[in-house]
Amino acid sequence: MKEFLYLIRGGQEKYEKNSPDEMQKHMEHWQEWMGGLAQAGQLVGGQPLMTEGKTLSEGGAKIIDRPLAEGKELVGGYLLIKADSLDHASEIAKGCPSFEYGCTVEVREISPM
Amino acid sequence: MKQFIFLFKGGDELWDSKSEKEQEVHMQDWMQWIDGIAKKDQYLGGERLYPGGKTIHPGGIKVTDRPLTETKELVGGYIIVKANTIEEATEMAKGCPGLLWESSVEVREVWPED
Amino acid sequence: MEHSNHIDNTVNHLFRQESGKMVAVLVKIFGAENIEMAEDVVQDALVSALETWKYRGMPDNPRAWLYRTAKNKAIDIIRRNKYSTRIDFSDPNKQLLTSGYTMNVTMDNYWKEDQIKDDFLAMMYACCHPDISEENQITFILKSLCGFSTKEVARSFLTSEDTISKRLYRTKEYFRKHKIRPKIPTSNEIAAKTKTVLNAIYLMFNEGYNATHADQLIRKDVIEQAMLLCRSLLSVERTQLPEVYALMALMCFHAARLDSRLTTEGELILLSKQDRTQWDTVIIQSGKKYLNKAAFGDTLSTYHIEAAIAYEHCIAKEYKNTNWSMILKYYDIFLNITHDPIVFLNRCMVILELHGPDKALKAIETIKNNKVIEKYYLYHATLGEIYIRLQQNTKAVIHYQKAIQLTQSKPEKQFLKDKVARILN
Repeated sequence: MKEFLYLIRGGQEKYEKNSPDEMQKHMEHWQEWMGGLAQAGQLVGGQPLMTEGKTLSEGGAKIIDRPLAEGKELVGGYLLIKADSLDHASEIAKGCPSFEYGCTVEVREISPM
Repeated sequence: MKQFIFLFKGGDELWDSKSEKEQEVHMQDWMQWIDGIAKKDQYLGGERLYPGGKTIHPGGIKVTDRPLTETKELVGGYIIVKANTIEEATEMAKGCPGLLWESSVEVREVWPED
Repeated sequence: MEHSNHIDNTVNHLFRQESGKMVAVLVKIFGAENIEMAEDVVQDALVSALETWKYRGMPDNPRAWLYRTAKNKAIDIIRRNKYSTRIDFSDPNKQLLTSGYTMNVTMDNYWKEDQIKDDFLAMMYACCHPDISEENQITFILKSLCGFSTKEVARSFLTSEDTISKRLYRTKEYFRKHKIRPKIPTSNEIAAKTKTVLNAIYLMFNEGYNATHADQLIRKDVIEQAMLLCRSLLSVERTQLPEVYALMALMCFHAARLDSRLTTEGELILLSKQDRTQWDTVIIQSGKKYLNKAAFGDTLSTYHIEAAIAYEHCIAKEYKNTNWSMILKYYDIFLNITHDPIVFLNRCMVILELHGPDKALKAIETIKNNKVIEKYYLYHATLGEIYIRLQQNTKAVIHYQKAIQLTQSKPEKQFLKDKVARILN
């Protein structure tokens, strides 16, 4: 099996408007979905990210106090999983609970250095 | 210590324009940089990514055969490090060799579990 | 001052009740190889509780507060060790502890009430593995599951803290080496495994009951904890076995008489001389309830018989009303299922009460020249008693002297010396 990275993008606004009840439900969905991946031996790891960030560019000379991509393209978290192919990984990604708050999931294969 | 992820974005066009030899030397710089972080016990892991990919759009049904963002904002890899503050992490990121090859580095704190 | 005493007492009580459960949950999270990590978290939570409560007063639900604090500390440790090899996260469920997406829900799931009960019992079964010596079993249980400090365990065993630390180390090594994953045994092995757990509980109880040293508080604590462990077995359906009820009944009947057993100077008082108005009728009643529940199924354990005998003593209004013929019957059954020399000697004492010294002497002589039994102080103490009743004082004194040499217990020695003195005067 190959390894893939899910870049979970956007959805910040809707997520922040969640009620505590919705939040709880949402967390349980994550639990269920990731639990399934873990049981199947396909979960490698992953984390949600804080919204704030810094971006270095122009050889490190320019630093701005926010992530490079914002709004719909802001990376809100990532997951590393194992799958047979890019298609297989994309199929699995369809179950990601992040779609409940309007995220986009970018599926990328890990490459050798 | 907190955990931060460095997202390396863009610079693919420049990379493709370089000779194999130049790419090799550049990769050595990357290795040295990461090795320096690891020696200070601040490196937690990371990967490089293939430029292709798929995007599953909101709703989880529509799939397109490319990454959501391209060119300048395409994530080409990431590493996870430990640092006390985002400023310290940003300082560490300044040493990234990719910055010299038109990449940018987005520094983000990993969501703390509390 | 009064305020902080109240907090100390509550914390102590809470700690005895809850620390073992917290350790059990944390061992499940960190793995048995990290048992010290688990103990440290619980200890830290306790210290936080003491500090915070003294300053801000008791929270409405101290138990929930303590659990929440331990949980948060566990989260801190997991965060710090997420990428280290110290904690084995390879189990799919534990893997979810390493991601912010699933950490909280996974963590909460570990601290569900039913889960905690099961984990605690699983830990008890793990501690009572036959490969771990009985002494080490009880030491470990007192320290890790009953919230005793090393100093308190040392005091209850009348030994040094150093010895206790060594015993604890050995057990922890065993856990590490064999990568023990505590679990409640399956139904086809539960009876056999429960036997070793009950054995440890009863040894622990006797440690508290018979250790006749001055430290009354520690003794009562040990007894209480042994009973608490037994009750926790009874709180889960899978471990509600007849022999568990029987042991619970037996401990109740003994515990009911605890205060009448010793003089204020710590000297033993014989059953015949005990003030029966001091016996705790409430505990005797609950013992009776447990004994009734022990009667289902076809299991007849030694605890059943011991409990039945102890019950006969408890319901006799005066010593002279004791139903000795009933007790003798129980001893006959007892000897049928175990060849314990102590049981044999106790049976001789019952014959002495029921049929007089000649019959008793005949009974005890059936095992004369038995090398093992001759080393029991109780054998000689029994013979001494029989010879007094036969008015053969010289023989009585000889046996009492042997008994004095053979027993280690100070109060027993004193008790026997008093007897000799009375014969000689």
